[in-house]
Amino acid sequence: MAIAREAGPVGSLHEVREAGLDREDLLGVYRNMLITRGVEERGHILYRQGKIPGSFYTGRGNEAAAVGVATAMGPEDVGTPLHRDMGVHIVRGVDPWRIFAQYMGRQDGPTHGRDGNVHMADSQLGLIAMVSHLPAMLPVATGAALAFRIREEPRVAVGWFGEGASARGDAHESMTFAGTRKLPVVYVCDNNQFAYSTPSYLEFATEHVADRAEAYGFEGVVVDGTDVLAVYREAKRAIEKARVGGGPTLLECLTLRMEGHAVHDDAFYVPKPMLEQWAASDPIERFRSWLRDNADLTDEEEGEIESGVKRLLTSALERAEESPQPDPSTLTQGVYASPEDLDTPHHK
Amino acid sequence: MAELTYLQAISDGLRTEMRRDKRVFLIGEDVGVYGGAFKVSLGFQEEFGPWRVIDAPLAETAIVGGCTGAAIMGLRPVAEMQFADFISCGWDQLVTVAAKQRWRAGTPVPMVVRLPSGGGFSGGPFHSQNPESSFAHVPGLKCVCPATPEDAKGLLISAIEDPNPVLYFEHKHLYRRIKGEVPEERYSTPLGKARIHREGGDVSVITWGAMVYTAEEAAKQLDSDGVSVEIVDLRTVMPWDKAAVLESARKTSKVLVLHEDTRSGGFGGEIAATIAEEAFEDLDAPVKRLAAPDTPVPFSPTLEKAFIPQVEDVVTGLRELAEY
Repeated sequence: MAIAREAGPVGSLHEVREAGLDREDLLGVYRNMLITRGVEERGHILYRQGKIPGSFYTGRGNEAAAVGVATAMGPEDVGTPLHRDMGVHIVRGVDPWRIFAQYMGRQDGPTHGRDGNVHMADSQLGLIAMVSHLPAMLPVATGAALAFRIREEPRVAVGWFGEGASARGDAHESMTFAGTRKLPVVYVCDNNQFAYSTPSYLEFATEHVADRAEAYGFEGVVVDGTDVLAVYREAKRAIEKARVGGGPTLLECLTLRMEGHAVHDDAFYVPKPMLEQWAASDPIERFRSWLRDNADLTDEEEGEIESGVKRLLTSALERAEESPQPDPSTLTQGVYASPEDLDTPHHK
Repeated sequence: MAELTYLQAISDGLRTEMRRDKRVFLIGEDVGVYGGAFKVSLGFQEEFGPWRVIDAPLAETAIVGGCTGAAIMGLRPVAEMQFADFISCGWDQLVTVAAKQRWRAGTPVPMVVRLPSGGGFSGGPFHSQNPESSFAHVPGLKCVCPATPEDAKGLLISAIEDPNPVLYFEHKHLYRRIKGEVPEERYSTPLGKARIHREGGDVSVITWGAMVYTAEEAAKQLDSDGVSVEIVDLRTVMPWDKAAVLESARKTSKVLVLHEDTRSGGFGGEIAATIAEEAFEDLDAPVKRLAAPDTPVPFSPTLEKAFIPQVEDVVTGLRELAEY
């Protein structure tokens, strides 16, 4: 039996307007979802061309969840997105060419070749770079929220994790602490139903991950993670609640990981009917037909958005390929911060 | 100048920084109403309020990770582990997240973790450890191990000011046993600068923390043999003052490296290797290491005495070196 609130879909354009998005915003959301998938599809090609060292991860199936939540964040809010959350980087304004440079380990990637794939963040855009240890970023997001609470700033932190990572103590400790102090933090669980090869029922025994929220003293909400508008509406509600002192929310976005854990994994363990079922509710296709039915998206507009995204990604790739390799002589620089590093708006 | 215990000097340093800089806050288990297990923050919550002296749940991962997030957002967190041993529960946040954030993502993490460490009072395997070597091995972390009240204050202020994650190992056995003159005004003692605790010409002891006093007792005994012992108090293990160590090694030509942590993989090995690499021609004897044996810290006083290097052990080691 579910304990968390199971949120319904978004019906009409009117309801979307109520939630704060006008038609222009909606087209922007659609565009961001296309860029998100496009970046990862092009990344996949780069990988096959042997231009990406190490492994390669995508968030196919998670575009609506990532873009929906990030769209609901305010400009001063901060987040700790993970490897299925490319959409968050796109919405916050990271240039795709820098992401391609990051993939290829080049000098102009956000980590300058020091870390790979989606282990990156532009702190100027309110993001904190993830580590491989999931969900180690939840305590960090909780600490950001603690800073906002101490300084009494109307800002919210968003911490991402997966249903697999929900098994680890970091998630429990973060939510315990945030619950006791009613911190302005929203925990977003990308439940894509497989932690590498391990299915959800071997990761947790409740119906939903969000069912746990009640035990931490705050609200749990489950939303269809392929419905970008429903994700947006629920994220907005949770973020604004946190902003006014209403405490944390655990928002679970249910989707399916539509590709393997990483590029080497063919995901043979995912049952075919399950894949087919979720393929039928592809987040981008779903939103495209919603826009056609509810917001009069025309062929012309659609074509314009698509070709704009294509142009953006093509030139981004060209620019990234021109980015130099990192200079090995810089390897040992910056292990320790110097006082000048604190000369940022954050540290005033 | 006032005479303060080592513990009072830590409180004084922390209070000084919290009064001076509103970004500094303290978080830990029982640090608020109770004033901390060792009473370092007694009275702090009354002065600074519940959002700057924060009683956390029993959740070291959330405490250390929370400090990381708050530091990235521009605050200057000071976390108290109730005992240094419990940092194992916050290891991942410190080593995986905080230590690497500057290098890989360009994000400084200015935070301090206070770690009541060390044995000598039957704390047993989980309340007595000296884990500084483990963290000194992690690029991106700094490790501070004050021995005197004056350094306890000055090094804590430096640690809080530093733009990096700093582990501040405060030796429990020194808390109320060691007193000294401490300036009342604010001052900072630089990280990475050793202190000559005692000048001597025949043998050098390189050490830090509570072992400084063990070495001092032993050195007094060596005086009657006519052997003059120099004691270098490293003060900080990472960064460590290589120049001061090499200078003392070159001066006396005989070196004993002494620490309370266990021997294998202990930081003494790094010091001994560096001396061998860089001052070999100046040595008149092999560098000697004296440390705890490779076992967990025992509970019984008899066993603990056999574990922690004692004055007699240091005397023996120094005599061997002197006679070499």
